Amino acid sequence: MASTILLDIGFMAMLVVVAFAIVRLRSLFAIVMLQGVYSLVSAAWFVSLDAVDVAFTEAAVGAGVSTVLMLAAMLLADRESRPVPLGRQIGPLLIVVFAGLAMFYAIGDMPAYGDAHSPANSYVGNDYLDRTAEEIHIPNVVTAVLASYRGYDTFGEAVVVFAAGLGVLLLLGLNGNAGRWRAKPNGVRISKQAAPAARKRPLPADAPQPAPAPAAASPTRRTKKPTAKTKKGGSS
Amino acid sequence: MISAVFENYHYSVVIILMMTGLYVVFSSRNLIKKLVGLSVFQTSVFLLYITIGKVAGGQPPILVEDGHGGGHGDSTDHHAETAMNLLAGGEAKVGGAQHSAEVLYSNPLPHVLILTAIVVGVATLAIGLALVVRIREVYGSIEEDVIADLDHRYNLEGTAD
Amino acid sequence: MTPHVILRIISKFLIPLIALFAFYVQFHGDFGPGGGFQAGVILAASVILYALIFGLDAAKKAIPPSWVRIGMSLGVLLYGGTGVVTWMLGGEFLNYSVLIDGYPAKGQHYGIIAVELGVLLAVASVMLAIFYAFGSRQPDLSDEDW
Repeated sequence: MASTILLDIGFMAMLVVVAFAIVRLRSLFAIVMLQGVYSLVSAAWFVSLDAVDVAFTEAAVGAGVSTVLMLAAMLLADRESRPVPLGRQIGPLLIVVFAGLAMFYAIGDMPAYGDAHSPANSYVGNDYLDRTAEEIHIPNVVTAVLASYRGYDTFGEAVVVFAAGLGVLLLLGLNGNAGRWRAKPNGVRISKQAAPAARKRPLPADAPQPAPAPAAASPTRRTKKPTAKTKKGGSS
Repeated sequence: MISAVFENYHYSVVIILMMTGLYVVFSSRNLIKKLVGLSVFQTSVFLLYITIGKVAGGQPPILVEDGHGGGHGDSTDHHAETAMNLLAGGEAKVGGAQHSAEVLYSNPLPHVLILTAIVVGVATLAIGLALVVRIREVYGSIEEDVIADLDHRYNLEGTAD
Repeated sequence: MTPHVILRIISKFLIPLIALFAFYVQFHGDFGPGGGFQAGVILAASVILYALIFGLDAAKKAIPPSWVRIGMSLGVLLYGGTGVVTWMLGGEFLNYSVLIDGYPAKGQHYGIIAVELGVLLAVASVMLAIFYAFGSRQPDLSDEDW
């Protein structure tokens, strides 16, 4: 038990350090990677808290896929966030401190950590544990509750995931070619860029491709290069 | 109240983490950093739920096949044996299975809720990132100040005539 | 003379293992930690790794975007369809006990497997679709960014 407490305290310290580092840093790449680290450390803590399924999901989703997605979005946007003036930070800090104090005040009413007889751990959770062995005959209670007892819930979640994917496809397009127009809100063109269209390049396997010009790539990478040639020529 | 805070230091740490995430959401002007803060906040809420569901001396909620696996609780239910008998088709009634030790499990309900919340969280995060990418394409920036400035200059909100 | 030889060789070895592990997680989810959500994400991660190493076009040749689009809807449809089948058999929506007459526990097994398959399909396809959407928009990645 003592070793578990030490582990817990270690994980908590790492989480706090990583979270504060996220507040302080300004490089978006570092922030995104630290978010992945935060997810991974919290996944390790989930194992220590007996939530193996949750830890598995958090490690795969939080530390894996969401980091990749954030990096992809960051490549399409900026690499650095601007500093926030100090005067703009006081208001949020006050709000956060007040909210935090209110929650600290509420700690006294929370059940003790690890209490087996707390209201949260008393009724329906135990019921699931008892009935899974009799009714469903599979050892993993989490899977049983997820797929069978709370099947409606999970169906809703699956639909939400589907809808979110649909939303991303509507916003960006499966081939990245949604909204290939130049954005002109109210008839005014704000930005010089056009939305990057789908890349259509000749397949690299057959033809010996010409050496890519790396000199032109580095400074003007983010501003979209004139795509007329690649759009027409690369229809393969 | 102070002693309660120190006894339940898990909750205190989780609250500090939540407030850190919330502060990032409030204070930063960069949209991607805001989303990272939202993600930190979200993960901290998951930690709060899982912390509540933890039972001291408990095991992960995967029913063990025999009661010898350890665990020492005062729970009086016998689902361990039941699971064993049912899984093995009833042929496993070896001696001693009747009075083997009961196993204490952590609460599976928060795990289920959080498991689905994580996947939905990444899906909604993807929506947010897609919106950020589109905003960047239109405005050429993801800083809130610049966006608000452009909105004002080109009267995109349609308020000034 | 392709660049990143070590990455290519190692990922060539790893990608099938990751995909296999996804299916292990899927079908072992009744007995240990795992299930459709995790397996779907891991399966998508294997394709994402392939796309990161060998390029998005190669990944789109292996898993065409049209499959992804179909898989997204098929997964949710499989989940909902299981519920409709139990409805037709006289039970409540998503009450798998009626799937096999006389053996409610067996029916629960089959129902959970079907539902988890639906979740696997939906989650893997949605993650892949999101990655394709973001990745296709990306301006060409120069070599220094590695």
